[in-house]
Amino acid sequence: MKETPLSNCERRFLLRAIEEKKRLDGRQTYDYRSIKISFGTDYGCCIVELGKTRVLGQVSCELVSPKLNRATEGILFFNLELSQMAAPAFEPGRQSDLLVKLNRLLERCLRNSKCIDTESLCVVAGEKVWQIRVDLHLLNHDGNIIDAASIAAIVALCHFRRPDVSVQGDEVTLYTPEERAPVPLSIHHMPICVSFAFFQQGTFLLVDPSEREERVMDGLLVIAMNKHREICTLQSSGGIMLLNEQVLRCSKIAGVKVAEITELIQKALENDEKVRKEGGKFGFAESIANHRITAFRMEKAPVDTSDVEEKAEEIIAEAAPPPEVVSNPVLWTPGTAQIGEGIENSWGDLEDSEKEEEGGGSDEAIVLDSVRVATDVDVPSAGSRDAPIVLSDSEEEDMIILEPGKSPRKVRTQTISAKQEKAPSKKPVKKRKKKRPAN
Amino acid sequence: MTETAVVAAECLAGGRARAARSVLGQVVLPGEELLLPEQEDAEGPGSAGERPLSLNAGVRSRVRVVCGPGLRRCGDRLLVTKCGRLRHKEPSGGGGGGVYWVDSQQKRYVPVKGDHVIGIVTAKSGDIFKVDVGGSEPASLSYLAFEGATKRNRPNVQVGDLIYGQFVVANKDMEPEMVCIDSCGRANGMGVIGQDGLLFKVTLGLIRKLLAPNCEILQELGKLYPLEIVFGMNGRIWVKAKTIQQTLILANVLEACEHMTSDQRKQIFSRLAES
Repeated sequence: MKETPLSNCERRFLLRAIEEKKRLDGRQTYDYRSIKISFGTDYGCCIVELGKTRVLGQVSCELVSPKLNRATEGILFFNLELSQMAAPAFEPGRQSDLLVKLNRLLERCLRNSKCIDTESLCVVAGEKVWQIRVDLHLLNHDGNIIDAASIAAIVALCHFRRPDVSVQGDEVTLYTPEERAPVPLSIHHMPICVSFAFFQQGTFLLVDPSEREERVMDGLLVIAMNKHREICTLQSSGGIMLLNEQVLRCSKIAGVKVAEITELIQKALENDEKVRKEGGKFGFAESIANHRITAFRMEKAPVDTSDVEEKAEEIIAEAAPPPEVVSNPVLWTPGTAQIGEGIENSWGDLEDSEKEEEGGGSDEAIVLDSVRVATDVDVPSAGSRDAPIVLSDSEEEDMIILEPGKSPRKVRTQTISAKQEKAPSKKPVKKRKKKRPAN
Repeated sequence: MTETAVVAAECLAGGRARAARSVLGQVVLPGEELLLPEQEDAEGPGSAGERPLSLNAGVRSRVRVVCGPGLRRCGDRLLVTKCGRLRHKEPSGGGGGGVYWVDSQQKRYVPVKGDHVIGIVTAKSGDIFKVDVGGSEPASLSYLAFEGATKRNRPNVQVGDLIYGQFVVANKDMEPEMVCIDSCGRANGMGVIGQDGLLFKVTLGLIRKLLAPNCEILQELGKLYPLEIVFGMNGRIWVKAKTIQQTLILANVLEACEHMTSDQRKQIFSRLAES
């Protein structure tokens, strides 16, 4: 299936929201989504959930002959697959670019950083070594696959236990898990990738972009780091120009995030080990809760309503009581009625605030300042509501309502003059900037 | 719900079709057969062997019953094809047996004739626009299907714009076709949706709930902030409020309405109304 196209209005909204430092799910700029790690019954099997992005990791091992030029080292093999259930756009054979990019990044992060001691995987030099294979499957795509995949890979590797082997002279004995407890891999450090998405040519940055944010981003910077603040991999894609202080700042943020994530991983591993030792129940059936379709349960969405309070308090402090909302139409004359807020004529208000002239006087200026904090785009329209409005297209300046039996009265000027009388005394600050005859 | 599922399983195992009237409001599973009211007598207690002879053997009262979504006609009975609750609506104008349908929940949309949907324009080719509506194929929209459009006066539609229209052709054999005018030639609210605002996706069941008459959620939302909102039956909602913050709050509240009981919802709305 083709990917759902991103509409212009979504793109515009997302970019504007990012400029105002707002994200769709209410996170802050440097916030990660909630990370959940759950383990399966086998050693080396785990599912990592980064928000709604889910990656399943499975580690397995096999005794093979080593590579000819590396006779004393074990072999590591990484494979990330984008399952078709992750996103409608993932079809077999369709996602090659993204797949290659992710696989390369994962390999550089895990293999080149030498996080696993490959020498310890050697059994008989030149003949038998362990081949460790890490298979990652993306189960759901909601942005930032690489972070989730790197966490899943390192968690699975830390969780994995390989069968114990003993070498006596020429004899190699491989013990089953029942005979001897399996042995964990020797891992030096845990490299974790942190992604930074850049918008508006590097002006704004977001950590852990979600799927929609990834669609509108200009470029992506991935930094793989461990908790000792050593950078393992650095990759910048998208062709954006980054200044060196931006990259340094990102690396500092990455250091903080990696420390938090490493702590989370350690805790999860310890918990699982404790449960297994105590003989409690472990595995996916226990750790992943059943999602029933009729259950009234949802993760808390951190929607930030604090801004709304500040803004509302400012405005309420200076506002006149809002005009009542009239739900029954007020009939001015047969054929013309009004309904909704205020029963004031707003036919002059146009969508585009640039078209309106600002005719406000000094009293309007005070009004505008307090409101300017809250809204960026709609300020000019506030000022001009009480001032003569010039319609660029229309030939008539005033709207005339013809009433049978009466001389035509000009409604607009009346309201304007009425308001201008009111304005100096009351300083009306109305929260609504755009008014439409019928809401 | 588990009890009714167990009951349903027993009935299926017994192989007897149930009367539709007795299952109203309960969960039905795909594969079940339902009897319409006028057939219940025929299958009643006399089905074992003796059936009372009726003198007008050839004449059977026929009542016209409409099969809604999730049901299919199978001989004289209704065959359930989706799992969900069975609903019935009495005929408004007299005559006919009303409408039966299954209230099911899903996220993936299948185009249905007459549905109003929000689509995204993906391509302009010659005389038609290709509009993605979330179905298996993009729908085609002729440029003449807008109010006031003529060959000289083309509508101002760009790739990536949002369109609110309805389907005139939607079946499994053809590519769906949509228009932005009604049968009288008036736009009636359809056409290109304005530039700002946020588009997001919810389940189809939530859309139907929100579009039901006298929906409480909408009334409460309207009291919170002034807003513009467009619901597409394909699960897409476009919302626009004065500020980005308000728009985000509205989007999050609507997405969460799916999972909240009405008490929780009232709490959230009262909290938002205070702030």
